[in-house]
Amino acid sequence: MTSDNHPVAPALSRWNIRRESIVGWLFILPALLMYAFFVLVPFLFTILYSFFRWNGVGPMTWVGVKNYISVLQVPNLVGTIFNAFWLVVWFSFIPVGLGLIVASVIYRVATGRFGAVARTVLFLPQVIALVAAGIIWGWLLALPGLINQMLSAIGLDALTRAWLGDFNWALPSVGMVGIWVLLGFCIVLLQTGMGKIDPSFYESARLDGASWFQEFLAITVPLLRHEIGVCLTVTVIAALAAFDIIWVTTAGGPGNATSVPGIQIYILAFTQRSIGLASALAVMLMALVVIVILPIQWLTRESAQ
Amino acid sequence: MNKKVALYWLISLLILASMLLSACGGTPATTVAPVAPVTEAPATEAPQEAALPNCGTDPILMNVVFETGWDMPTQLTEEFTKQFPNVTWNISMEQFANLITTTPMLLSSDNPPDLIRLPTMVSFAQDGLLKSLDEYAQAFGWNDWPVPQLNQNRLDENWVRGSGTLYAMGLNYSMTGVFYNKKLAAQIGMTEPPKTVAEFEALLAAAKAAGLQPIMEWGSAKSGMGLAFPLQNLMAAYGPVEPINDWIFQKVGATIDTPSNLIAAQHLQDWIEKGYFPPDINAIEYTDAANRFGNGEGVFTFNGDWQNGGYDAAMSGNVGFFLFPPAEAGGGYAAMSAPLTYGIAAKAKHADCAAFFFNWAATNETARQINVDGMGSNPGGPVGASVPTVAAGSVTIDTLAAGPLLSGAMDFIANATSSIFAQGWTPELQKMVGGQQDAAGLLKAVQAEYLRELSQ
Repeated sequence: MTSDNHPVAPALSRWNIRRESIVGWLFILPALLMYAFFVLVPFLFTILYSFFRWNGVGPMTWVGVKNYISVLQVPNLVGTIFNAFWLVVWFSFIPVGLGLIVASVIYRVATGRFGAVARTVLFLPQVIALVAAGIIWGWLLALPGLINQMLSAIGLDALTRAWLGDFNWALPSVGMVGIWVLLGFCIVLLQTGMGKIDPSFYESARLDGASWFQEFLAITVPLLRHEIGVCLTVTVIAALAAFDIIWVTTAGGPGNATSVPGIQIYILAFTQRSIGLASALAVMLMALVVIVILPIQWLTRESAQ
Repeated sequence: MNKKVALYWLISLLILASMLLSACGGTPATTVAPVAPVTEAPATEAPQEAALPNCGTDPILMNVVFETGWDMPTQLTEEFTKQFPNVTWNISMEQFANLITTTPMLLSSDNPPDLIRLPTMVSFAQDGLLKSLDEYAQAFGWNDWPVPQLNQNRLDENWVRGSGTLYAMGLNYSMTGVFYNKKLAAQIGMTEPPKTVAEFEALLAAAKAAGLQPIMEWGSAKSGMGLAFPLQNLMAAYGPVEPINDWIFQKVGATIDTPSNLIAAQHLQDWIEKGYFPPDINAIEYTDAANRFGNGEGVFTFNGDWQNGGYDAAMSGNVGFFLFPPAEAGGGYAAMSAPLTYGIAAKAKHADCAAFFFNWAATNETARQINVDGMGSNPGGPVGASVPTVAAGSVTIDTLAAGPLLSGAMDFIANATSSIFAQGWTPELQKMVGGQQDAAGLLKAVQAEYLRELSQ
């Protein structure tokens, strides 16, 4: 019996595994189809188009890697990439840093209704249409706008300016809009992570006489590394691949002071109608994002393990 | 394990391959042959007794795309239906900026528009998406209309604008120049429009000295840089218009970096440095500038007659218009004057009716009146066409009166290539405002961008 059963059991086991895997594939098939249709197919077509000269309607002409060489001649391309990295400070470092502090304070101090209200208010920019937000921020930051009126009211007339039209201040101003949009997202994500931290860690620390700041550094931050990694990943991508916030506030101006690769891709594709060039720049931008994101992912996974 | 992995990959590849194949089937055609002018009447129309193309007597639903923000074309369609009740209209409205991206898709769709506002023309004609209007021009006698009306919409065999096949028509013809606030102008001693650039600059200096905003203009990248208007006016004052049009029409060897254009750019730089424009110009959008001028901020503003209605509403009886003066007294007047361009899709179902509409809009007395009432621009048409009446006190009286004074008409330097405005003029002029660019550098940078775009 034993000798007869041996060859049968592995065969059954293999069949079970295969059946389970097929069932598993069937479960994810709808999502996979959607993902393939809306992400993978456009992605592959973008790569394909990057090797053609094409205006979106007429005949396509194979040009090999010429688009990748030509796109380097796009005006101020290096400057736009520099702007994107500068935005990382505003879109990523500040929202994540500030988000950690605010989430920690809300978690520790304002656990009741006030905390919920604060969380909602801070998260609200995520649900406001960005175009509407861009118009409102445009008014606020205009020369006759509310921010300059407030500065004048407290005697700081010398500081008033057209914030979105000033070569030195346009990018930080757009960055402030980015903080306003992304801070709520970081707070909600980090606070969710805080809820998973065992309260006994904090109790032990308090028994040992640790201050709030020591608890924050020794317990909260290390145990939130995974959530911080997610926040960093999402916000760094938002900075490097930025388009919407810039487009609705400055459209890349003044000069090219707030221009980023995303704006250039849009202009190349939809104004200049050079789909091949735009695709080449999009592929290069994607490679840049991956190069920056991979170390963050690797570090946070290591930490999580 | 290897077999399992191989199975996963096989399934994934099969899914992807099927998606790719289906997606390939849905992509725009990669070869679109230019379509020859259609001569046969649409199937829905009965043979006409008259030789001229028309809308027939059977019910026709015209599929049209107009520009958001302007009611005049819609008012024309309403009047047209009153006169030709068998024609009704399916009107879609698009923002001008959206039209730049959506027009190729609309023109190449299975139900292309019979009539569409064209943001640009050359590339659509090249791709065979626009119907040639030559036969209609011949039939209706449009070729006998004053030449400047049609030549901006003609393309030669090398796809250079200015002559050749007609691919679009203007519903009207805009006029640009200098609008002024009459009360503020009187305050600085202006009794009549300046006759030279020097006289105009003296008025600017007087306005500045009086603590007024000399010129209100827009400059945000979101609207595109409005300083291109005074710059081009200065170019036409200090040099001939032909080289400027050659550059706009992309004639071989054309350049914007000429000695006379350098003088023009130096004058503009001088105006910027003297504070004749608002300090926040780089953040001012078009509508903000129009509103601020309407509210009395600015003695002058450079704009076109499409804004007549807005200015009349905001400052009724207090707004005037003059053509930008020449450099020397007695010199000719030049201005940017472009058609409000509409085209017919190559595959339009009711092309004859659309062409008939073009002819009707330019020749019918009521249509011409609606045109002028709605936008204030010249409705064009044949020599001797009816002259619409204009309400007393309207600035439209000034803009229409300016037409006969013109000795040179130009298209806009912002229209030379599809993205010269976004990638060239706007950022470089913004830099000039910010003190980061000078006159010579401006022209060199824009010419370099022009050549870069043409090479692609």
